[in-house]
Amino acid sequence: MSDGIVFLLNGETERVADVPASRTLLDWLREEKRLTGTKEGCNEGDCGACTVLVTDRNGETRAHNACILFLPQLHGKAVRTIEGISGPDGALHPVQAALIARHGSQCGFCTPGIAVSLAAAHLAGDRDHDRVLAGNLCRCTGYAPIIRAAEDAAAAPVPAWMTKDGARLASLDVPPLAIAPRSVDELAVSLGNDPDAVLIAGATDVGLWATKQLRDLPDVIFIGDVAELREIRVRADTIRLGAMVTISRLREAMETYHPHFAALLRRFGSEQVRNAGTIGGNIANGSPIGDGAPALIALGAELILRRKNKRRRIALEDFFIDYGRQDLRSGEFLEWILIPRQPDTLRCYKISKRFDQDISALCGCFNITVEDGCVTAARIAFGGMAATVKRARATEAALVGQPWSEATIRRGQAALAGDFTPISDMRASAGYRLKVAENLLMRCFLESRGEAVNVLEVRP
Amino acid sequence: MSGVVHKSLPHDSAPLHVTGRAQYVDDIPAPAGTLHLAFGLSPAARGTILKTDLARVHAAPGVVAVLTAGDLPGDCDVSPAAHDEPLLADGRVHYIGQPVFLVIAESHLAARRAARLGRVEVAGERPILTIDDALAADSRFEGGPVIWERGDAGAALLQAPRRLQGTIEIGGQEHFYLEGQAALAMPLDDGGMLVHASTQHPSEIQHKVAHALDLPMAMVRCEVRRMGGGFGGKESQGNALAVACAVAARLTGRPCRMRYDRDDDMTITGKRHDFRIVYDAGFDEEGRILAVDFVQYARCGWSQDLSLPVADRAMLHADNAYYLPAVRIESHRLRTNTQSATAFRGFGGPQGILGIERMMDHVAHELGLDPLLVRERNLYASGGSTAARSKQTQLTPYYQPVEDSVIRELVAELAERAGYRARRAAVDAWNARHAVLKRGIALTPVKFGISFTLTHLNQAGALVHVYQDGSIRLNHGGTEMGQGLFRKVAQVAAERFGVRADRVRITATDTGKVPNTSATAASSGSDLNGMAVRAACDKIRARMEDFLKGYHQAGTVEFRDDVVHVGGAVLPFAEAARLCHENRVSLSATGFYKTPEISWDRARGRGRPFYYFAYGAAVSEVVLDTLTGENRILRVDILHDVGKSLNPALDIGQIEGGFVQGAGWLTTEELVWDENGRLMTHAPSTYKIPACGDRPDLFDVALFDNANRAETIYRSKAVGEPPLMLGISVFLALSDALRACGKAYPALDAPATPERLMQAAARLREVIDEP
Repeated sequence: MSDGIVFLLNGETERVADVPASRTLLDWLREEKRLTGTKEGCNEGDCGACTVLVTDRNGETRAHNACILFLPQLHGKAVRTIEGISGPDGALHPVQAALIARHGSQCGFCTPGIAVSLAAAHLAGDRDHDRVLAGNLCRCTGYAPIIRAAEDAAAAPVPAWMTKDGARLASLDVPPLAIAPRSVDELAVSLGNDPDAVLIAGATDVGLWATKQLRDLPDVIFIGDVAELREIRVRADTIRLGAMVTISRLREAMETYHPHFAALLRRFGSEQVRNAGTIGGNIANGSPIGDGAPALIALGAELILRRKNKRRRIALEDFFIDYGRQDLRSGEFLEWILIPRQPDTLRCYKISKRFDQDISALCGCFNITVEDGCVTAARIAFGGMAATVKRARATEAALVGQPWSEATIRRGQAALAGDFTPISDMRASAGYRLKVAENLLMRCFLESRGEAVNVLEVRP
Repeated sequence: MSGVVHKSLPHDSAPLHVTGRAQYVDDIPAPAGTLHLAFGLSPAARGTILKTDLARVHAAPGVVAVLTAGDLPGDCDVSPAAHDEPLLADGRVHYIGQPVFLVIAESHLAARRAARLGRVEVAGERPILTIDDALAADSRFEGGPVIWERGDAGAALLQAPRRLQGTIEIGGQEHFYLEGQAALAMPLDDGGMLVHASTQHPSEIQHKVAHALDLPMAMVRCEVRRMGGGFGGKESQGNALAVACAVAARLTGRPCRMRYDRDDDMTITGKRHDFRIVYDAGFDEEGRILAVDFVQYARCGWSQDLSLPVADRAMLHADNAYYLPAVRIESHRLRTNTQSATAFRGFGGPQGILGIERMMDHVAHELGLDPLLVRERNLYASGGSTAARSKQTQLTPYYQPVEDSVIRELVAELAERAGYRARRAAVDAWNARHAVLKRGIALTPVKFGISFTLTHLNQAGALVHVYQDGSIRLNHGGTEMGQGLFRKVAQVAAERFGVRADRVRITATDTGKVPNTSATAASSGSDLNGMAVRAACDKIRARMEDFLKGYHQAGTVEFRDDVVHVGGAVLPFAEAARLCHENRVSLSATGFYKTPEISWDRARGRGRPFYYFAYGAAVSEVVLDTLTGENRILRVDILHDVGKSLNPALDIGQIEGGFVQGAGWLTTEELVWDENGRLMTHAPSTYKIPACGDRPDLFDVALFDNANRAETIYRSKAVGEPPLMLGISVFLALSDALRACGKAYPALDAPATPERLMQAAARLREVIDEP
């Protein structure tokens, strides 16, 4: 149970006490507030019908899936639902008017979520509509009229009511919440005192424990708002990522340093999932199909793990021990991820049935240094190929010291079978995974030779 | 106001959709004390229930009651026709996910949590899961296969100069309506029941609930304002929730509501039938088809549901748009221990059409001809042409003459408009320059038969009231699932009265207002209900005319421009209505319509099942990464025949949406069951419908100018289902891209996932590498 959660809902202050920590915003909106414009389509953050806007205390507004957002995560923030996208006098938001004019709704069930996602983009001046809407499924329209509406609305000014939450938040009295520490030292103490507590960052994974597995959550600590852990510190030798840096912010930062990583992160979940999910959560959860770890291992990232006031530093690839087992001790938490500064040679390839918002069948990241036509260093990591995200050490060994040539690549491909014995599941067969892993090594080579290998770059 | 029809008015609920005010079943405020339901599901695909241990379920917080089959009143069947679907498993289980017990609880979450606590022990038997399993076990509906034949296909095959055989496996498809199944039942003081349901078939909900409660149908009312998508998935699949709610409401005396969690929805409900189609084609050197023998195997799942008419429609579309001089079609309806496959946009037509489109592509490959050329040589002759007048060349395999074909003109116009021939050459040139990425292009036509094949379903009713202030309230038997039916029908009503569209108030479908309705299905919504509404409006208008003529001693009365012209005078419509009322003219009427001219002998496979055909064609161009199978749709051009459109914007919306849904079916949408029969792809995390970025970069949709020859409402044509099959062009464009990898025919199965495509590319390249 949690007490004293304070936030703004469509501009009005809400105080919520005595709700289970796992009460989702979606259920609360629909059942308690009778705000039924926010829809349940999947209850797992994959369809976007429940999209709402969340503005944090920095005044940053982003789209989130209400179905996997727990109420304590909203403490000190502002929420705007579809009912709050229209003006207080009922005036339509430009995206709403455009959706009507362009026939952007058919059955209408996905429409509130789509309108909210588009309103978020409109507010931010973001016109990359395919990315903005990757997390909003529509089964009726085929999306074309929705995009027409988005383009029509883009030039309209932002309505006044859409910009007021930041200022209102500044004057909102937000008492501390015991289960949501604000500083990393507080977190260290809390977890030290209750080492079995579940840490909840963006809840894009733990959310499903509640909505799908129907698990009772034990003690929880909400860590998403630990300010230091949300920082990105770029130094001469390393890029330090706080564990609570969201995937969205990481993507934006990586545009500068490792654009291939940024492009991979563009296909990580959806806009809503990236706005909530954190890189620390992605790593600490230890999923063999997480898309963050392969790239970070290929970059030689290290972790700083902290227990109370003791810290230790390990290579990311050593953190993953086996399926569901990480080198994380009782009471310990992931504090920082360190990426060594380096010239950018990273290539990242994510393979899935669908381009956007799909879990990887496999994800291969290649950081290969070629000097004078010869491979001098190689760090290659794959997700989806083993029980953990894992380096392809035999493959790396087959490449290093060899000329950067098709013959070397063929030897590397042969070595991959020694590195990995993938499984078959509903996403792909073992045979496909291994064959494509080999082919991705070839893609990496061909791309370096200027061959067209990316279907996303082909224009009609 | 003349000219309300044929106008692109927005969906009537659009302002509600975009503001979140549109209510779906789960949004309807329910009285305090409403209970919530959840099913406990079978963990085994086949066997006998040994024990159902529900002690923990009963003890769970918030649980009011738990029911198993023995606790149900009388006979709670939820099947649409065959009476083979008990609401709760009765002794035997037939698939993983079959409801076994029903939890009634104080909240949705409490019901779901409690349902997980039940333990159903089953003496398992080896399940029949695949088409091959079913064939080996001779597990079928209707005894043996259904066979229809026209001409002597066997003999013609033997005589044909060229011949080839092939097989295509065609996967199923989850509807993925964004709003899951939902129902709300409220007990009434007279023992009756009011049911709100997300259903395409309110009369069937009413019928099933009445039957379960042993009530006359007159004591059960079903109301449907809108669905959050249907696509056929809410034709029969909502029965279980509605009956469960009604039974629980009767038992507890409290309102009961139920919605499936998405995973439950996908696990419990039926999907599009997966098919295997085997073809044996005889043809000449120019690619003219002389004879075909099709064998269609449909995986129907555990109960009959709508599988027989679905399989019939697959047979009825085995010809698609092509004249087949001699043809034999054999259809196997196989019973398996999986979800009961059900209606899905196209209703078997897509599978039948994909069979022959694959065959055409194969024949073209065999002859080294452009597939478009082969298609053009086999298209049905145009209606009214010399060939058409010689009826012999115009018969479908089921002996219905094709009298309204525009497919030749339509394909020619599209090929020209899309620059098909130049682009075909450009694709080949591009492929010669690129080793890894390959482009492909394909043009595929569709001809789709319009009418329910069960003839008596082709009827509809309407109820129209004109109030004394000139406002009009409209009701009809069709349901709104996003297709814009209500808008179109309201346009018809406004047109009949010559008034502005906003005078017409559209109301929820209600079995208490219009009885004995057919499902809103088979693309028939506007054809049937538009005509019924017209009939009702015309009755009222005629009464008003008669009265006004006499009252004003006028020679003519005309309803147009939102007023009534009475002789030389002009009356506001409201004034006319007021006058009529004060002079005791009835301003309320029912309307009825039944489709003329159709008749169908299903047993012999002969007759005129369809009132008319709708036509269309699409050109799709794709790019394929042969190293991974990743691909993109680059450009799509569509020309589609909707007759004289009632509302071009809504029709284009159906075409764009149908195309993308069809393309999804054949590319990313893959259903995977494990070896025990458990559906592994039961949520959007694992089942991938097209996302925004999957739509084509260039997407041009145009309407083909072609007033319906049949006397439909304002000469429009049905549009719900036909465009789905335009997505086949994407599948065959991907197959076309594979041609660049080797000489053998790609023989791609559906869905063409990246895995299937990569493996096909690898297979083709290996063949080349051999000396």
